[in-house]
Amino acid sequence: MTSMLTRAVGAPLPRLEGPAKVSGAARYAAEYPQDRMAYGWIVQSPVARGRLDAVLTDPAEEDVLVVLWHGNAPHLEQTDDPELAVFQSDRIGYRGQPVALVVATSLEAARRAAQVIHLDIAAEEHDVELRADHPDRYTPESVVPDVPAVSGTGDAETALASAAVTVDVTYVTPPLHNNPMEPHATIARWDGQDLILYDSNQHPSGIAETLGTVFGLPAERVHVVTEHVGGGFGSKGSARPNAVLAALGSWVTGRPVQMALPRQAMFSMVGHRAPTVQHIRIGASQDGVLTAIDHQTHTQSSRLFEFVESASVVTRDVYPVPHLRTGHQVVRLDMPTPRWMRAPGEAPGMIALECAMDELAERLGADPLDLRLRNAPRHERVLRAGAERFGWSGRDPRPRRRRSGEWWTGTGMALATYPATAMPSTARVRALADDEYEVAIAATDLGTGARTILAQIAADELDVPVGRIHIRIGDSTLPRASVAGGSSGSASWGWAVTGACRELRSRGGREAVFDTTELVREQKEGQHACGAHFAEVRVSAVTGEIRVSRLFGMYDAGRILNPRTARAQFLGGMIMGMGMALHEESVLDPAQGTWVNHDLAEYHIPTHADVEWIDAAWLDEPETGLNPMGSKGIGEIGIVGSPAAILNAVHHATGVRIRDLPARLDKLL
Amino acid sequence: MKTFEYRTAAGLAAGLEPGAVFLAGGTNLVDLMKLGVATPDVLVDVNRLPLHEVSGLPDGGIRIGSAVRNSDLAADHRVRTAYPVLSQALLAGASGQLRNMATTGGNLLQRTRCRYFMDATMPCNKHRPGSGCPARDGDHRNLAILGGSPACVATHPSDMAVALAAVDAVVQVDGPAGQRSIPVTGLYRLPEDTPERDTVLEHGELITAVDLPALPVAARSTYRKARDRASYAFAAGSVAAALRVADGLVADVRLAFGAVAPKPWRAYVAEEALRGQPATEERFRAAADAELAAARPLRDNAYKIALIRNLTAAVLTALAEDVR
Amino acid sequence: MRLTVNGAQHHLVGLDPRTTLLDALREHLHLTGAKKGCDHGQCGACTVLLDGRRVNSCLILAITQQDAEVTTVEGLGRRGEPHPVQQGFLDHDGFQCGYCTPGQICSAIGMLDEAGKGWPSAVTEDDDLLSDREIRERMSGNLCRCGAYPAMVPAIRQAAGR
Ligand SMILES: Cc1cc2nc3c(=O)[nH]c(=O)nc-3n(C[C@H](O)[C@H](O)[C@H](O)COP(=O)(O)OP(=O)(O)OC[C@H]3O[C@@H](n4cnc5c(N)ncnc54)[C@H](O)[C@@H]3O)c2cc1C
Ligand code: SF4
Ligand code: FES
Ligand code: FES
Repeated sequence: MTSMLTRAVGAPLPRLEGPAKVSGAARYAAEYPQDRMAYGWIVQSPVARGRLDAVLTDPAEEDVLVVLWHGNAPHLEQTDDPELAVFQSDRIGYRGQPVALVVATSLEAARRAAQVIHLDIAAEEHDVELRADHPDRYTPESVVPDVPAVSGTGDAETALASAAVTVDVTYVTPPLHNNPMEPHATIARWDGQDLILYDSNQHPSGIAETLGTVFGLPAERVHVVTEHVGGGFGSKGSARPNAVLAALGSWVTGRPVQMALPRQAMFSMVGHRAPTVQHIRIGASQDGVLTAIDHQTHTQSSRLFEFVESASVVTRDVYPVPHLRTGHQVVRLDMPTPRWMRAPGEAPGMIALECAMDELAERLGADPLDLRLRNAPRHERVLRAGAERFGWSGRDPRPRRRRSGEWWTGTGMALATYPATAMPSTARVRALADDEYEVAIAATDLGTGARTILAQIAADELDVPVGRIHIRIGDSTLPRASVAGGSSGSASWGWAVTGACRELRSRGGREAVFDTTELVREQKEGQHACGAHFAEVRVSAVTGEIRVSRLFGMYDAGRILNPRTARAQFLGGMIMGMGMALHEESVLDPAQGTWVNHDLAEYHIPTHADVEWIDAAWLDEPETGLNPMGSKGIGEIGIVGSPAAILNAVHHATGVRIRDLPARLDKLL
Repeated sequence: MKTFEYRTAAGLAAGLEPGAVFLAGGTNLVDLMKLGVATPDVLVDVNRLPLHEVSGLPDGGIRIGSAVRNSDLAADHRVRTAYPVLSQALLAGASGQLRNMATTGGNLLQRTRCRYFMDATMPCNKHRPGSGCPARDGDHRNLAILGGSPACVATHPSDMAVALAAVDAVVQVDGPAGQRSIPVTGLYRLPEDTPERDTVLEHGELITAVDLPALPVAARSTYRKARDRASYAFAAGSVAAALRVADGLVADVRLAFGAVAPKPWRAYVAEEALRGQPATEERFRAAADAELAAARPLRDNAYKIALIRNLTAAVLTALAEDVR
Repeated sequence: MRLTVNGAQHHLVGLDPRTTLLDALREHLHLTGAKKGCDHGQCGACTVLLDGRRVNSCLILAITQQDAEVTTVEGLGRRGEPHPVQQGFLDHDGFQCGYCTPGQICSAIGMLDEAGKGWPSAVTEDDDLLSDREIRERMSGNLCRCGAYPAMVPAIRQAAGR
C-alpha cells in the first residue's frame, strides 16, 4: 500500500510549525486580539482551610468591571472535577484556591484591585502534612489511571522473610510542579449562547465537553481553539479553572475576557505531582534472582478530589517475581489537588524501585547491570545496547573511589518503562484539488511534533509527498480526539488518521471519517515501551554540588515515527528527570499551609548550564498488533528511571545514599 | 502594582518626598511592585543622571558610577585585572539579560529573596513590621546563620556586594543633607528589632558611585559561589577572597562570605587569624571556623557552615597555589 | 507615550504608567512574539533587545523606554529571510512547544554580540568565548521546560559560524 518512494514515516521531517514558532507568528491562547478585551485576575485564598464570609473591594480601584465571588457568582453545573465549581461555595479547601475574580479593563488595574481586596475569612485549623502514619490515611479503591490500588501474587511477606538478601528502604519524593513555560491561559468570548474559548490545553474536545457541562450547553456550542500550546506535561490535560473563570467573567461583563494565570498561581490551581513516601522491600537469592517485592506508597490528595499518584503500580510490570505485593494509601489534606504530571506513578515509583535495586546490587556485590539482565528479560536488548554505547563494562562497583581534582565521579543506571496505549479518536480526510488532502482531528501539539507526525502518517497512507497534506488540529470543532497525554497521542490520533486515509483510498469519494473506538477496545493490553538510562555524575568534595556529566537513554518504543521530534521527546523527558533528581521541590511550610517557593526563581528547573552531554538512541522496530503504525508512546519514558540512574551515580561517586529527593548539596556536605 | 507618578531625577542631591523611591534598572523594584510588596507613590528614574561611567581615582583606585550596568562593569578591563573578584561575582549573579539592566546602586540595595518577604500575603517583619517571622520555624534553608535576630533571619542576596565588601569598597552618597562616604561593610544594618530597614541610608539619599580603593592584593582575588543549580540561581553560599603570600606566610588577606547573613559578611575574625600565619589549607580551614564560631544555624541551614568552611579553604588554597 | 519597536514608532495614548514593556508589546501593539512565562525576570521568555542589548521586558516599565529602540522576534531577519539564529533553531530542532523560543532567539542574538565584544562569562577560562560550555552558561537566563537545550547549543554555534 505504501510505496517506498514516498515513505515519510520514519524520516526526520522538521516540524511543520517551525517557521511560525521561530518568527513569533505562532499564536498561543492569550494572543488573540479582541475588541474591548477585559482582563481577569484571581484572588486566592490566604488560608488553607476556612469559610469565606465576605469580599470587600476598594471603591478607589478604577477600571474594575466586576468582582465575582460565591456571594454573587452565577450558578454553575457540577462536573466530575470540583476544582471547576468556582465560587459555588463558601468553603476554602486549600491555600491558593481561587475565591474571587476581578475583571477590569486593563491588566494593571485587575492585578492591583485583586491585591487590595479585603477577604472576610473565618480561618480554621488546617492539616497539610503527609506522614506515612497519618491517622486519616486510607486505601483507595483505585489509583491513577484507574487501576486497583492494591495487588498481590504469591506470598511476599513469607518470601521476604526467607530471602537470602533483602533491602528494606523508604524513599521520599517531594511535591513537584509541572510548570510548562506557557502559563495556563484562556480568552473567553460569548457569541449569543455560543462560547468561544482560546485556551491552552492538551485536549480541546474534552475542554469543550467540560465547559459545556459547566455552563449547561451542548458541547457543540463551545468552540475551543488551541492552535499552539506552550507545554503542559499533564497539567493541561483537562479544563482548569482559568477556562471557567474567563467564561464566567465574559458572561457577566459582556466582554471578551483574558484570564492568564500568574506563574505563582500555577503552584496551587492547576495540579502537581503529589509527594510520596514509598516503602519498598526487595528479596533475592544469593545469586541475585529476585524472589519478592513489596512496594507501598503513601501519598496525599486534596479535600476536594481524590487523585492518587500511583507510584507502586510500575513495580507490577518491571520484574517478574513470584511474590509481589503493591499498595497505596492516601490521606486527604487541606492542600491543592494533585494531578497528572509527566509519567504520573511511573516517575516517582521507578525512583524507589530502581534505587532500591541499586542498593540490592551493592548488597549482593553484583554489577547493577547484571542484576537487571538477570531479572528483567524484557529489557535485555535495551540494556545490552545501552550499556555498550554508554561504556558501562569494566565499571568498578565500589563507591567513592574515583576522584579528579575536587570532583568525585561515578556512574549509575536504571530501567525505564511506560505503558503503550491508544485511546478512541476520530479523524477526517478530505481530498482537495491537485492531489492535496486535508487531515482534520481535534488533536493538539504541545511540542511533541504531533502535527508533523500526523502529516507523515497521512502522506504515506495516501501515497503523496508530505507537502500535499494540510493538517488541521487544535480546534474542538474538528473530529473528536483523545487527550495529548499518557504518551498516547500519536498512537491514538495516528490510528484514526490511518483509518480515515485507508477508508478514503479504498472507498473513494472526497471525504472519509474514521472512528477508532471499536478497534481501540480490542487493542493488545499490557504492552510497554522499555528503556534503560545511564548517568555519569561528578560531585564536588568542596561544595557538594552535583553535575551530570553524561546522561544516556536507550529505548525500545516500537517504530519511531520521526527521529527528530522523538529525540526531542526523549531528551526532554530525561532533562525533566534530571530536575526531579537534583533540583525540583515544592517546599511546604506547615504553619502557613502552603508551598512557599512558588515561582521560577525558587522552584528550580534545569537550566542550559545544567545539561552537559546528553544523548538518546533507540531500537527502531515496529511492534505488531498494537496500532497500524507499530509505534509506542515516547513522551514520558524519558523521565522514568532517569532520576534513579542519576541518584545511583551520585551514590557510586560519593558513597552517600540520598533517599529523600531532590539530591542537593546540603545532603552531600 | 499600585499606581504611581513617574518622573526623571532632576539632579543628584534633589532628595525625595515621602513615598518616593529611586528607580534604576528596576529588576528588583519593579518585581516587588508587581508583587505588591513595594508600593511607592512616586518613581524617580535615575537612569538619565550622569552616573554611567567607570573612571580612575587619583590614588589608583576606580570609581564606578551607580548607574553602571552589572554587565558593563563585569566586562570592564580595569576591573577584570585589578579586581577579578568583582567581575567574577557579577558574572555569577542573575542572568545575562538581568545583568544588562541591573545597576551598581540597585544591586547593592536589592532586597532579600526570603520567600515570605516576597509574598505580600505572608506575615513578615520586613515587609509588614510586627507581623512576625514565619521563616524561623518555616522555610529558612537559604537564610542567615550569622547576624540574624529573633525578628528576622533574612540574607542579603547580592553576589556583587560580597566582592565589594572584601575589597573595602566605599559607597558615595548624595542627599539633602549633603554628601557622605560609607564603606560597603557599614552600609547594611543587622535586623535587630527593625528588620524593615536594610541599610543606614536615609530616605532620599542617592548612591552616586562606589569607589574601589587601590588595593594591590585585589589583583589576586577570586569569587566562588555554590548554588542549587549550575546557573541562574542565588547563592547557597559564596566566598570572596584576596590573598598575598610571602615566604609561605599570609602577608595580606581579604575574605567575605555571601548568603549567610543579612549583609555581605566581611570575615574579619578569619582575616585576623590568618595574618602572618602559614598559608596552608589547614590554617585556612581553621580561620573559617574561627569566623563561623559565631554562627547560629537554624533547623535547615547548618550546612552553610560546612559549605563556607570548605569554600574558604578551597578558594584560599587555590589563590596560594597560584602565587607559588 | 512613544515606543519605537522594530523600526516603527508607535504612540500609545493613555497608557497606564504601570504597563511593562512586555505588556505594552503584547496587549497594546499586539506583538505577541515576546512571551510571558513568569512576569518576574525568572525565565527569559520575554527577552527582547533594547538598543541591541538583551533584557527581560517584563521588568521594564514601558514609560522609561521612550527613547529606546526595541527589537522583538518579529523584527528579526530581513525580507522574509530568517535571521541566522532563527535558521539555526530550524535546522537543529531547537524547540518543542516553542513558547520559550522567541526569548531564546533574542537572547542568543544579544549573547553573540556580547561575546563578540569580548565580554567574559562565569565560566570563561580562555579566549574561546563561544565553546559549548560558554554558550550554555551565557544562555542560562532562558529556561526551557521542554528541555530543548541540547538542540539549541548547536543551533547557536551554527549561527556563530562555527
Ligand atoms: C530572577 C532573578 C535572579 C537574580 N539572581 C541574582 C543573583 O544570583 N545574584 C545577585 O547578586 N543578584 C541577583 N538578582 C538580583 C539583581 O542583581 C538585582 O535585582 C539588581 O542588581 C538590582 O539592580 P537594579 O538597578 O535593577 O535595581 P532597582 O530594582 O532599580 O532598585 C533596587 C533598589 O535600589 C534602589 N536604588 C537603585 N539605585 C539607587 C541609587 N543610585 N541610589 C539609591 N537607591 C537606589 C531602588 O530604589 C530600589 O529600592 C536576581 C534578580 C532576579 C530577578
Ligand atoms: S526572615 Fe526576615 S524577611 Fe524573612 S520572613 Fe522573617 S522577617 Fe521576613
Ligand atoms: S516573563 Fe520575563 S523573565 Fe519570565
Ligand atoms: S520549547 Fe517549550 S519551553 Fe522551550
